[in-house]
Amino acid sequence: MLVGAAFRMTQTIAQERDLVTAEDFLKIPRGHGWVSRWMTIAAFAITFLTILPLPFIAWIGWQTGWETSISLIFRPRVGELLVNTVMLLVLAVPLCTVLALALAWLTEFSDLPFRRVWAWLCVAPLAVPAFVQSYAWISLFPGLNGLWAGVIISVIAYFPFLYLPIAATLRRLDPALEDAAASLGLTPWRIFFRVILPQLRLALCGGALLVGLHLLAEYGLYVFIRFDTFTTAIVDQYQSSFNGPAATMLAGVLVVCCLVLLSIEAGVRGNARYSRVGSGAARQIEPVRLGKLTPLCLALLIATALFSLGIPLLTIGRWLMAGGADIWRFDEIGYAFYQTLVLAILGGLLTTLAAIPMAWLSIRAPGGAQRALEGLNYLGGALPGVVIALAVVTITVRTAHMFYQTMATILLAYTLMFLPRALVSLRASIAQAPVELEHAAASLGRRPANALWATTIRLAAPGAAAGMALASLGIMNELTATQMLAPNGTRTLAMGFWALSGELDYAAAAPYALVMILISLPLIWLLHDQSQRMAGR
Amino acid sequence: MRLLTTACAGALALAVMCTVASAQDAEGIVVYNAQHESLTKEWINGFTKETGIKVTLRQGGDTEFGNQIIAEGAYSPADVFLTENSPAMALVDSFGLFAPLDADTLSQVPEQYRPANGHWIGIAARSTVFVYNKSKLSADTLPKSMLDLADASWKGRWAASPTGADFQAIVGALLELKGEQVTADWLKAMKENFRAYRGNGTVMKAVNAGEIDGGIIYHYYYFGDRSKTGENSANVDLHYFKNQDPGAFVSISGGGVLASSKHQKEAQALIKWITGHAGQEILKTGTSFEYAVGNGADSNPALVPLKDLQSPKVDPTNLNSTKVTDLMTKAGLL
Repeated sequence: MLVGAAFRMTQTIAQERDLVTAEDFLKIPRGHGWVSRWMTIAAFAITFLTILPLPFIAWIGWQTGWETSISLIFRPRVGELLVNTVMLLVLAVPLCTVLALALAWLTEFSDLPFRRVWAWLCVAPLAVPAFVQSYAWISLFPGLNGLWAGVIISVIAYFPFLYLPIAATLRRLDPALEDAAASLGLTPWRIFFRVILPQLRLALCGGALLVGLHLLAEYGLYVFIRFDTFTTAIVDQYQSSFNGPAATMLAGVLVVCCLVLLSIEAGVRGNARYSRVGSGAARQIEPVRLGKLTPLCLALLIATALFSLGIPLLTIGRWLMAGGADIWRFDEIGYAFYQTLVLAILGGLLTTLAAIPMAWLSIRAPGGAQRALEGLNYLGGALPGVVIALAVVTITVRTAHMFYQTMATILLAYTLMFLPRALVSLRASIAQAPVELEHAAASLGRRPANALWATTIRLAAPGAAAGMALASLGIMNELTATQMLAPNGTRTLAMGFWALSGELDYAAAAPYALVMILISLPLIWLLHDQSQRMAGR
Repeated sequence: MRLLTTACAGALALAVMCTVASAQDAEGIVVYNAQHESLTKEWINGFTKETGIKVTLRQGGDTEFGNQIIAEGAYSPADVFLTENSPAMALVDSFGLFAPLDADTLSQVPEQYRPANGHWIGIAARSTVFVYNKSKLSADTLPKSMLDLADASWKGRWAASPTGADFQAIVGALLELKGEQVTADWLKAMKENFRAYRGNGTVMKAVNAGEIDGGIIYHYYYFGDRSKTGENSANVDLHYFKNQDPGAFVSISGGGVLASSKHQKEAQALIKWITGHAGQEILKTGTSFEYAVGNGADSNPALVPLKDLQSPKVDPTNLNSTKVTDLMTKAGLL
């Protein structure tokens, strides 16, 4: 009915303006108009850019000569780094998972007092950059170093990345499944392992992968505690030789680590379906009574909040007191704040725009080729910032001088690094915008691109905002790529913090840390709020 | 629709504005600065005040910038290059990327602190020292030579910052003085014996805390900390190897003007200013505690005078950073 009316209107408009012919109109509903064609071209171009570091490493390897390259890869130092990196992942990721699972269960399923406050406190550590966590711990315990220090601080800094997806999934679980299991005689523990845990598989795998990739890419955290990983070693090489082959070959090994992690995740995730059969609203979950265990569970939450928020805030506060008024160099901090904000906003915007083609295709024109293309996007995003920066700096210095050390280049690098964050959010919200609206808008005479803007993209705005917030958050705390690529004279908050703490002026670094946390908090709040609302709370 | 278009247009406008703003910032000269940022800031503040020439800093490490300038070649955005040590200067010069310095700039610094070809110049100097914890070591248990630290008796007892340009310059001096075999063996023993920290200040802090007995660093970290809170140097003292030992190496910080610079006059003026009276006076009165090298310029009176250090004679132009990085990579230190 509606479509018929729209069709009639289109005919009139077409006669008047001779813009949309009946043929055009018939094409669009199938999703093969020129929007689709341009989206495909754009998606291909962006995907090509995201995986550029891979051919880059091969190119350098070939240029250096395979014999030299191989001698740079198979040497004892690389073995040491590999042991460090693997041990870190093997210890920190499971610990992170268990902690996040326990916290998520307590804040979603139990009758713990002030659950909403605790839920927020489990997310808030996202506002504290990992290197600030490390700075706080090393201030309290100056001798802290090595693997276990790395594991503990990593868990504290990164558990929210696992907490978020687990809590979101728990919130949407249908208690009917548990009821069924209970009615079949399962004990609560067995219900947890046989019914709840399998439904969390996607969240657990995805979150664990995210944490693992972050650990591989992290730099500042491990420098403070003198723990060497591939990323710190690549930066060391870069600082000795700029873009020498040794750094690139280390990057090659690091990329292989990422690929291994991705394939482990793909293997564990499996293909099972976990959706609820049938429609209708799920019953509200009845909180589990903790009874005598309440104090113990509260202790876990208090300890987590104390370690992940209390220690950084106390340390920063202590340094601020010790530094007094002298450390508030408002001109420098203000300029760094302004530059950080500009980079984060522009970078976030560009990343979101770059995510549109792939997100649109994955919903409007799904297929085998599209899935493969999308997979490559995630692969590119899994590469550590230092690898992307190394590739971008070498390519621009050798072949694209125009873009060397420009704003455009660093924004491009940010886009490549944070594209998956925007893509995931955007895709989910485009899926919720019915394609028929796009068709109707087209049938009302809008050009295809206009129709897209006016309907789907506008409806996807909340998701796009969330994606942009995630990307901006990443950019604000980014250190290694920013140092390598930023235009001359750039000094972000992270760079300022790093320079001062590097000279052991921990007091002067404290205001930078505080400002970074304060500007991240509203974004975290936005994300938390949105994830709660999407779950209908 | 309109909102989104406005947002995008706004973003684009902002991007353009930022580019323009940064282009305006880039007016004046660009310095690739591997020296301590605080010292260079003191220099350029004085320079800009006197000449009105604006200076934009990019902060990094000696050899990082040296190799970066080579990779950039004729397109380098840098006008001036300042380092903490000589090897990176020698590296850039070996690719012929420096413009010769003005004769009156060169005449401000004695010959031993600049290469004969006059392509770059010493702007300051620093001495290698062994910093040690006073409660762990005493005069008779200190190493006589830096080479002694390769001995098994020193296993797990000393520290260094192998990733920094400072330590790599010291290895460069060792290579120049004792040759490749001795250096490679010493580095191999070092890998067994030493503990790695990032930054000389961090090494001193660890020695001060008693985490480790001693470490190879440069002298001024100690004096800088003493002049401030002293919290990282209360329990330590400095041991000067003297006796022309490789560990008594005095490293010359360099400054040079890039041949590719489009602001030759301004760039030359900066080097002249730093090596002149005003620039060298900042070394004496400021908080850097690096040695002044200008003609007749005095260093801070708290320091052991340069002439008393009995440092080995090393030609700064012969220091080979590429070879050092290779040897250290082979020894598994990088």
